[in-house]
Amino acid sequence: MTHVFRDLLALEPLSADEITFFLDQSKPFQEIQRHPLKKLATLRGKTIALAFFENSTRTRLSFATAASRLGADTMNLQAEASSLKKGETLLDTANNLNAMKPDCFVMRHSSSGAADFVARHLEIPVVNAGDGTHEHPSQGLLDALTIRDRKGSLDNLNITILGDIAHSRVARSNIHLLGKFGCRFTLCGPAMWVPRELEKIAPGTSIRCVYQVEEGLRDADVIIVLRVQTERLLEPSLSHNDYILLYQLNAARMKLAKPDALILHPGPINRGTEITPEVADGSQSAVLEQVTNGVAVRMAILYLLTTGTTEGSHPALGEKT
Amino acid sequence: MLLIKNGRVLDPATKTDAARDILLDGDRIKEIAPAGQLAQFADTQVFDASGLIVAPGFIDMHVHLREPGQENSETIESGTLAAARGGFTVVCCMPNTKPVNDNASITRFIVDRARAHGHVHVWPIGAASIGSKGENIADIAAMREAGIVAVSDDGKPIATAKLARQVMDYCRSLDLPVIEHAEDVSLAAGAVMREGISSTRLGLPGMPAAAESVCVARDVQVAELTDGRLHIAHLSAQGSLDQVRFAKQQGLHVTCEVTPHHFTLIDEDVTYDSRFKMNPPLGAREDREALLQGLADGTIDAIATDHAPHEPALKDVEFDKAPFGILGFETAIALSLEQLVHTGKLSLMRMVELFTTGPARVLGKERKLAAGAAADLTIFSLDRPWTYNVKDSASKSRNSPFDGRSFRGGPAATLVSGKLVHSLS
Repeated sequence: MTHVFRDLLALEPLSADEITFFLDQSKPFQEIQRHPLKKLATLRGKTIALAFFENSTRTRLSFATAASRLGADTMNLQAEASSLKKGETLLDTANNLNAMKPDCFVMRHSSSGAADFVARHLEIPVVNAGDGTHEHPSQGLLDALTIRDRKGSLDNLNITILGDIAHSRVARSNIHLLGKFGCRFTLCGPAMWVPRELEKIAPGTSIRCVYQVEEGLRDADVIIVLRVQTERLLEPSLSHNDYILLYQLNAARMKLAKPDALILHPGPINRGTEITPEVADGSQSAVLEQVTNGVAVRMAILYLLTTGTTEGSHPALGEKT
Repeated sequence: MLLIKNGRVLDPATKTDAARDILLDGDRIKEIAPAGQLAQFADTQVFDASGLIVAPGFIDMHVHLREPGQENSETIESGTLAAARGGFTVVCCMPNTKPVNDNASITRFIVDRARAHGHVHVWPIGAASIGSKGENIADIAAMREAGIVAVSDDGKPIATAKLARQVMDYCRSLDLPVIEHAEDVSLAAGAVMREGISSTRLGLPGMPAAAESVCVARDVQVAELTDGRLHIAHLSAQGSLDQVRFAKQQGLHVTCEVTPHHFTLIDEDVTYDSRFKMNPPLGAREDREALLQGLADGTIDAIATDHAPHEPALKDVEFDKAPFGILGFETAIALSLEQLVHTGKLSLMRMVELFTTGPARVLGKERKLAAGAAADLTIFSLDRPWTYNVKDSASKSRNSPFDGRSFRGGPAATLVSGKLVHSLS
């Protein structure tokens, strides 16, 4: 099976085969993370533009580490220092960065569809590192890799997503990816964060919106806890105390899920808000594995997009390992 | 003299649908007679309308010409040329220019520019409140002297029920309609499209249909309170239409218009392309069905384009940062034929009515083909195949979601005050 990816803008249009290909391609890069010497020469001479129009620490560092471990150089643009503050349009900024001839354009932006918009204007591959409240494809892939490693398969799992689903690009990427493997979704949170329309965003996928945490957690194989994103809301819509009372994931509530339920969180965690420290740090939590897998998945993404490789072989990996 | 011969003349006012020749003398119609019966003098020019529909001049009662103030996007000259090419003989320009048309000098400026450079008639609409800020009533009587045909704070709603009451009361005494951009701004805050499955899927902030219908409900009740003339602009939601229908049944002076894009496209058509961004946003599938029903059953009085040009530099940005609005003139007739007539939902006569007597009645004007009437004619084809290429548009802007769309039928010639301002042949 061969696949050609021009850009990685969203998981919604990808097939289960294509997703499996991405995940399989990430396996050798997972090995690299355990190796004492982690640097490859695979992308030596290539330049990755990291254009973060919206603040990010973890995703930016993860992509930068992935690029560096592949031997690529990076160009960095960060929101605070960018010329956007001086009134330049997104298109002008993208064209200017592109004129410095990077081989791939990784971008995060607060507007949904911003990566799609830039990709329509650039010839080089564009990787969406999170666009507004739309998608976060690399996060979706690293979550799937983590789940597949722990559960052995992605097929037919009960997935519960807990929190502000409406404003979550991570939730949308998770739904579009895991739904293609027959996973059933229970979306749980306060009504204004879990609109009924969510049940119909992925035709063919079973999605249910519930407002009681007890109902939401029942029989869950995987619980994805979202951060309460106060900075992304248009207005405060729920009190902090009410949220903790109704939806915080704690040890007592964990008993409602399956005994081996896996806990994911895209980070950064607000300890004591959406999740208690004992649950976040417990044996069922895969939060730090997600972070490690994030580097591997992003290495696979950069490798596949910049080399245009369609075969599952990594010549440089052979040299190294 | 100009003889329009061999055409199929359609006139809702006189209920004519027949082969007629029309003789124009200067800016007036001189005579209308069955085909071949009019005497042709040596100096008579002839326009052969064989195979074409000849109708009273179409009126677009809701447009943005952007002059004064935003001439990079459109001017009275470029906008009226696009209107002429779209088959319109009259356009009513909204007051949200820079500065806002809220006093007689701005109105006179627009009227004078239109007289000097316009390709079609321009009937300005004045602001309801000073600067359309929703505080104090504008110089409406003075603007009426200068030529306005209605008032509106378009771009936004009349700010409060109290102000709406005052404006409707005052305009009743001035015999002017009040055109309302119905929107509850608190429900619509931050939204860039209609709220629904599509907005949820795209992760774009949506406004519910109620953002419009809540305001329509307010205004209908104020219209009842004042007995004023209320016209709902670019109506897009089923709930709003139901209220207009109810108001009409109660005998209130409430009318409404819809745009071709709202009866053609729905929220499911929206992509991250700002040419699909307008306000009100594209509605749900059921809203479009309701609009088609309202066009057929007479609840809707007029088709208006809400022609809203924005220069490429403004539109070629992230979806949520782009201004609202799309071009409308050049595709209006073709979309109406495609969606309403070719589908059998409306008769051709009814479609013509929505562009002529319908808007004329809302504005308190007359539109008909008769000796002595204005020599404003819209001539169009029912079947000519053509493709809209926005790069060839007469507008200074390019923001049309219909670029590249192929049509069957469209404008063929436009006559304004007896002059051929547009002709394909």
